[in-house]
Amino acid sequence: MSDIFLSTVLTLDASVRVCVPLIFASMAGLFAERSGVVDIGLEGKLLMSAFIAASAAVVFGSPWIGLLAGIIASSVLAMVHGFASITYKGNQIVSGVAINILAAGLTMILSLAWFKKAGITPTLNNDQRFLSIDLPGLDLIDHVPILGVIYRELISGHNILVYLAFVIVPMVWWVVFKTRFGLRLRAVGENPKAVDTAGISVESLRYKALLIGGILCGIGGVYLSTAYNAQFVKDMTAGSGFIALAALIFGKWHPYKVLAACFLFAFLDAISIRLQGIVIPGVGEIPVQLIEATPYILTIILLAGFIGKAVPPKASAQPYIKEL
Amino acid sequence: MTRERRLSWINGLLLPFLNVLTAFIATAIVFILIGVDPIEATKILIYGALGYDEGLGYTLYYATNFVFTGLAVAVAFHAGLFNIGGEGQAYVGGLGTAIVALYLNPALSAWIVIPLAISGGLLFGALWAIIPAYLQAYRGSHIVITTIMFNFLASALMVYVLVNVLREVGEMSPESADFIKASWLPFVHDVFASFGYKIAKSPLNLSILVALFFSGLVWFFLWHTRWGYAIRAVGKSNDAAVYGGINPKKIIIVTMCISGALAGLVGINELMGVQHRLFLNFNYGYGFGGIAVALMGRNHPVGILIAAFLFGILYQGGAELDFELQNVSRDIVVVMQGLVILFCGGLEYLYRPILIRFLAPIEATE
Amino acid sequence: MTESNIAIELINVDKHFGAVHANDKVNLSVQTGTIHGIVGENGAGKSTLMSILYGFYQADSGQIKVFNKDFRAISSKQSIEAGIGMVHQHFMLVDNFTVLENVVLGSEGGALISESLANARIELTRLAKEYGLEVDLDVAIEDLSVGMQQRVEILKGLYKGAKVLILDEPTGVLTPQESDELFRIFEALKKQGVTIILITHKLREIMSITDNVSVMRAGKMVAHRETSKTNPEELAELMIGRKVLLNIKKSKAKSGSPALIAKNLEIMNEQGLKRVSDVSFEARSGEILGIAGVTGNGQGTLLKALAGILPISKGSIEIMGETITSNNTLNPEQLRNLGVAHVPEDRQRMGMISEFTASETALLGYHNDKTINQGVWLKRASVKANCESMMEAFDVRPSNPNLMSSNFSGGNQQKLILAREFERDPDLLIIGQPTRGVDIGAIEFIRKRIIEMRDAGKAIILISVELEEIMSLSDRIVVMCDGEITGTVNGSEADEATLGMMMANALESEDSLKGAKV
Repeated sequence: MSDIFLSTVLTLDASVRVCVPLIFASMAGLFAERSGVVDIGLEGKLLMSAFIAASAAVVFGSPWIGLLAGIIASSVLAMVHGFASITYKGNQIVSGVAINILAAGLTMILSLAWFKKAGITPTLNNDQRFLSIDLPGLDLIDHVPILGVIYRELISGHNILVYLAFVIVPMVWWVVFKTRFGLRLRAVGENPKAVDTAGISVESLRYKALLIGGILCGIGGVYLSTAYNAQFVKDMTAGSGFIALAALIFGKWHPYKVLAACFLFAFLDAISIRLQGIVIPGVGEIPVQLIEATPYILTIILLAGFIGKAVPPKASAQPYIKEL
Repeated sequence: MTRERRLSWINGLLLPFLNVLTAFIATAIVFILIGVDPIEATKILIYGALGYDEGLGYTLYYATNFVFTGLAVAVAFHAGLFNIGGEGQAYVGGLGTAIVALYLNPALSAWIVIPLAISGGLLFGALWAIIPAYLQAYRGSHIVITTIMFNFLASALMVYVLVNVLREVGEMSPESADFIKASWLPFVHDVFASFGYKIAKSPLNLSILVALFFSGLVWFFLWHTRWGYAIRAVGKSNDAAVYGGINPKKIIIVTMCISGALAGLVGINELMGVQHRLFLNFNYGYGFGGIAVALMGRNHPVGILIAAFLFGILYQGGAELDFELQNVSRDIVVVMQGLVILFCGGLEYLYRPILIRFLAPIEATE
Repeated sequence: MTESNIAIELINVDKHFGAVHANDKVNLSVQTGTIHGIVGENGAGKSTLMSILYGFYQADSGQIKVFNKDFRAISSKQSIEAGIGMVHQHFMLVDNFTVLENVVLGSEGGALISESLANARIELTRLAKEYGLEVDLDVAIEDLSVGMQQRVEILKGLYKGAKVLILDEPTGVLTPQESDELFRIFEALKKQGVTIILITHKLREIMSITDNVSVMRAGKMVAHRETSKTNPEELAELMIGRKVLLNIKKSKAKSGSPALIAKNLEIMNEQGLKRVSDVSFEARSGEILGIAGVTGNGQGTLLKALAGILPISKGSIEIMGETITSNNTLNPEQLRNLGVAHVPEDRQRMGMISEFTASETALLGYHNDKTINQGVWLKRASVKANCESMMEAFDVRPSNPNLMSSNFSGGNQQKLILAREFERDPDLLIIGQPTRGVDIGAIEFIRKRIIEMRDAGKAIILISVELEEIMSLSDRIVVMCDGEITGTVNGSEADEATLGMMMANALESEDSLKGAKV
């Protein structure tokens, strides 16, 4: 009994850790898509930020400089996306694909140039990483049955970026639904003309949304290479950006629902490792690949309208062209 | 020159040329940033790709894959669809080829086996595209998102199949048994040898003829058949197509099947031509590369052949760079792909305002 | 009139869009507290002019004064601050926002919206009472009727402090009742000192509601009049630029047998809303049946159903011996094969493909034709030759089949489409807005060709929002209002007054219109 309990807690704990980059990336995507700009490039921004953050952390010896560098790297890519899709009214999907591929190539080329190894940075020591922190009161509660384990394994003992991820979500909700910026953001994704004729600049709103997205995505990337892992390795995002996109759709562009989707997908990822080789009576061995593919399958089913309907912001993917 | 003629020159040739040039310049800047002399790098690259038989063979061999995926993306573009799923369709297409090439009676003639194995690739590639197509046409799910998801599904499926089904007993690496001999596409150097010409060995095989054949076929199909007309009509104006009695839903399905089938041909080159077995990630990067090729080739088969050749040069020359210079790897090709997609795709209108301003005084005098 | 009385003054305002001279040195002055009409045909430049005033576009040159102060807008922000509000033809509302949120958007006041919304609620309740503009503030826009949405647009303008309100074709989408309600609101606004600029091409509205009227034609401002000192005939002449309206000579129709019989049709539009109900009529060979009505009263939906683009949900259509019902549909291609030609209402979006060459546009709908196909091969030489002969027959200029369709003028595009549809010798022609956005010369040409087709024994169904066009061409006229037929008259007996009454459904009881949500 206690084994199953502990194992459940540990799986949930693993889910939390996997969830973090998904949260940052999907919140980034939320800002972009709410403003009417489709962001396929989340994956590339995560990757670029992960690489630049690890590089900066190694060179300057501080995770905080890594954080800053990662955010800047991701934001630069976000602005490239903005330049193409807002200022030059290019195809947003094409531009996003370009960013993903560019990031995949640049991380390889730059790591070779900087560290003499393609696709890998030196391992970060503890001074260069974000380490786990024990929350206060751990000693007091540690001996309490059940609660103690939950507190120790699940709630305490994460690094600062994990806590930030869970604080970010209500903040995003508040910004999107309670502020002037949020009102305009939601409006510009639905009907940019209404925003323009209300005397608000569509372009500036969309740039702001993408910049916020760039920053958030940047933090997600930083987490991957300086907190979750201790170095950058080739293609370390492994599709997180696309899972985040799936979570964004699955959560219907609403912060809390997106958070739930992120957690669901992270949980599937966490149990897929644990279920490897385990035979379920009457069913047989569940292929790991099937569990890994579940987020994608669920998203496709949702998109197909078989379970509810995911309707994106009306103006998404359409460049705003001023005409009557 | 009339205004229309001038505009078509600008939009058709000058702007695309400037866009490609910008992508090259940006790549050169990346070279400089990593401490590599771009001119020297270009020399090595060109020599490695074109300077000797073997290099040229590799270049054309890589180009063959890009022709298939480039055509796949282009056909979909003509119907107004963005097929990002080339990666997955190529992968699953390879499975179709493999099934035929593994399980047909080894005694059969190559004249039967090869067409069937090619058809296997076409069929499985098409099948992998048909669900996203159906969901787009009849359920309104955005094809970009669904094809992305299908790339990941393809990846999961292929790992499962290779590890659990096709892997031979006692083998560690997830790959299939060897294909039957009759399914092997001859290497070009062997073909030449049989006519008495000796050229260096390279993976270049007769798939390149298949690629040329399908380029011609796509060209004929899009511009010289009523179905091609219907596809282009849907791509340009859905309402007008409906008015003209064309059913856009059917067109979406048909076009995506063609697109997926073309992507499914990557396996012909990689599996039937070179490796003679199915293995993990043989498709890696060609699906996305196809987007760059299609954008650079302006979605026209001739342009695609040129762009695919260029990417072949980059792939092969990039390998040479890897070998010759310490500071750069062939991943520079990936950077280049990204830049081509950015400047020929996302930023395709970059120079238009400047050109329009430049032209305004000329037009005013007319 | 004294200086201080002028709310808006435009001096030599000029605007080009590429090669199009949308506004050619336009002058206008609007007196404070009046209702000022601006009339002109489609494409005369009225909307562009008002969009410049509203800061949506910037003029190339010229001067604007608002309440005697020099005014320059780089976006709508400056216009709103100067006290100008605009109700666009297509409403600028966010569908999934509430009325309150829509009104507040752009003038929130603070960084947090809860306070702004609370303040706005008080202010809006006051405004609504003052002007009789009651609307539920917490309903989403998508759940409101078009008339109510327009009310929200007006409220939005007032909330932002508009002293001058511009309305662009406000009645185009309204039922007659909603229009009357709108005019009542105009009076209320005028009483409170609000200046109203009304853009329209409907002369009846100008005559009944405005104080002054300015006329635009082909980008130029051609006349200013006091409404009480002018009449519809003079305004029409100024708008069109000729003494008499185009009156095509035609002989008496030799009506033959019915080519199309529509019985009790009910049709839903693309969004699934019922736009046509219980419509029955027949079209005979050798005769032109005109279908008249205010834009958006179901004629467009009817046209699409007759052409096979939309299915019918009730009733039947008999064409050439085939019967179309909700279960037995024919697609546009099958209808073409039966000898039905269709000139769509929306030339740009439906009739042609701008990015196709002229010869490809001339193929639209006929790409499966046996004469140009040989096996799988589409013979481009034949396609080109076909297009050349069409261009010659209909005097399309420039007569170059390889030119992009978008590079032809509106009139020439329309002639090419007509050529495509007329040249295959159909038995039934369904024609929508044949002369919309077409220059005068082409209008005459097109109308003559339609009459020629009639005289050649074809059955013609003509849908037009231009009453004058309907009257000059039709042998019989059916009038539609709110999706139903509200009257049928013989072409020779039709007069504008009767048709107008029927278009507003004033001859019938008004029960059928209650609860109409367009």
